[in-house]
Amino acid sequence: MSHAATENRPALLDRLREALPKIVLSPTVAIVAIFVYGFIAFTVYLSFTNSRILPTFDLVGWKNYENLFKIRAWDIAVSNLLVFGILYIVICCALGLLLAILLDQRIRAEGFIRTIYLYPMALSFIVTGIAWKWFLDPGIGLEAVVQGWGFENFKFGWIKDRDMAIYTIVIAAVWQTSGFVMAMFLAGLRGIDSEMMKAAQIDGASTFALYRRIVIPQLRPAFMSAFVVLAHMAIKSYDLVIALTGGGPGTATEVPATFMYSYTFTRNQMGIGAASAVIMLMTIAAIIVPYLWSELREKKQ
Amino acid sequence: MSASSSASTGNGIARFILYTLLALFCVYYLLPLYVMVVNSLKPLSEITSGGMMSLPETLTFAPWQSAWSQAQVGVEATGLRPYFINSIQMVVPAVALSTLLGALNGYVLTKWPFRGSTILFGLLLFGCFIPFQIVLIPMARMLGLMGLAGSVPGLIFVHLVYGIGFSTLYFRNYYAAFPTELVRAAQIDGAGFFTIFWRILLPSSGPIAVVCIIWQFTNIWNDFLFGASFSDFDSQPMTVALNNLVQSSTGVKEYNVHFAGAIMAALPTLLVYIVAGRYFVRGLMAGSVKG
Repeated sequence: MSHAATENRPALLDRLREALPKIVLSPTVAIVAIFVYGFIAFTVYLSFTNSRILPTFDLVGWKNYENLFKIRAWDIAVSNLLVFGILYIVICCALGLLLAILLDQRIRAEGFIRTIYLYPMALSFIVTGIAWKWFLDPGIGLEAVVQGWGFENFKFGWIKDRDMAIYTIVIAAVWQTSGFVMAMFLAGLRGIDSEMMKAAQIDGASTFALYRRIVIPQLRPAFMSAFVVLAHMAIKSYDLVIALTGGGPGTATEVPATFMYSYTFTRNQMGIGAASAVIMLMTIAAIIVPYLWSELREKKQ
Repeated sequence: MSASSSASTGNGIARFILYTLLALFCVYYLLPLYVMVVNSLKPLSEITSGGMMSLPETLTFAPWQSAWSQAQVGVEATGLRPYFINSIQMVVPAVALSTLLGALNGYVLTKWPFRGSTILFGLLLFGCFIPFQIVLIPMARMLGLMGLAGSVPGLIFVHLVYGIGFSTLYFRNYYAAFPTELVRAAQIDGAGFFTIFWRILLPSSGPIAVVCIIWQFTNIWNDFLFGASFSDFDSQPMTVALNNLVQSSTGVKEYNVHFAGAIMAALPTLLVYIVAGRYFVRGLMAGSVKG
């Protein structure tokens, strides 16, 4: 008896010791299982129910999705996201690349300039939104200032203009993130084999050709990362729109994120809100999953 | 001789254009900050009369005072101070806990890997990128069930839950480069799981801990969506209160007070960026270009 007990105890301890890493990891696994994947499943389920102010569990099939695409505000939100997303990604990449190339010319005070280009990334989108909201306000901002300088006919009222307001969101968002894209490209540029560039220079390639033929093609991984990061930020953008335009004038700058929030929490159409959230998730997953897949597989090799 | 001198003057002109461009972009990025600072220091009448771009004629700190302790935020005229305190009470525990958990997770995933740990990490990573709209409804219910609805501890919990992914990512990638032989040698010497973590990995984790803390601090401080969804009037974080201050439709729009408030909300993360910008950038890059 006593012999068996003394033999059992170390075995138990050993097993505990062996399981310790998994025990340490288990709270995280539980948290992710419940609060990420469990919650996703819950919201997907809700999107097939007729939940209004509170969740209910009466299934109604695809009705919410059918209705969603009949709602004009959702239509506006999706096309706004397309316009905003494309302009935002293209301008950020172009500006980021330009700044990275300019900064890569053995610039004095490069660190200082880089700090200035990148600081907006440290700010909250709410702060950025407020700064640009009043700067672009025709009554007190840019328009009023330039008129005060004597250009009486100068007009810049985009933020109050239904057709143009979405572009003010592009302006503010580009201001905030282009420095970050610059940093990504600059890191890419620094990783390029300098021997190859020297060889091309000796061959008499012009600076322009050098960049077009040798440098930019090698920045493909940086472009990929920038695209993924920017696309996912664009789909998620909520704070900036709320602070800058509040989705207005009217519903002119509604985006999927603001749509989801207002349908779920203020219009009490939870089923519709859940359906819109599911579509947002699917869109992001379509971009992120292949990217993570390739990154993790590369790591393994 | 003449060829080389013309080349160097050509170069000189190119350099001049280059620096001019760089300087112009500096102006572009600094302009909104300039607008916020100068307008937070002038009386309202100077702004409304078209002087947004000029320096203050009469310097005043009244807008700062008002934004901090007098302005009407929501129902009460408390200024932003109580909300600033809410944000600090929310940020400190959330950052500390998510960093600690991330360090332990990274340690397990790299030094004690098991079957399926890569897939697990992938699933964890995907959680970093989901649009949080997908969890808002169940989270609101869950916080209610846990008795944490509309409270600062509730916000701490939410930020902890959705902050773990990134902190695990940072520590995993950092510890992956840490020599596993050292860990095995310590194991042979009889060191246990926690001893190895505490004595061997943690002492060399300084840089990545700074990166992780700064990333989490910036993200959680700047969060708006969770704050707007899960807080009550008295537990709102700074970003939500600031937005309420600016969007409130009653009374005269005090632009100078808004700008002062915006700077207050920006100051903590901006200071961190100025002091430890290098680590901030590293965190940004690691969050996007992994490895």
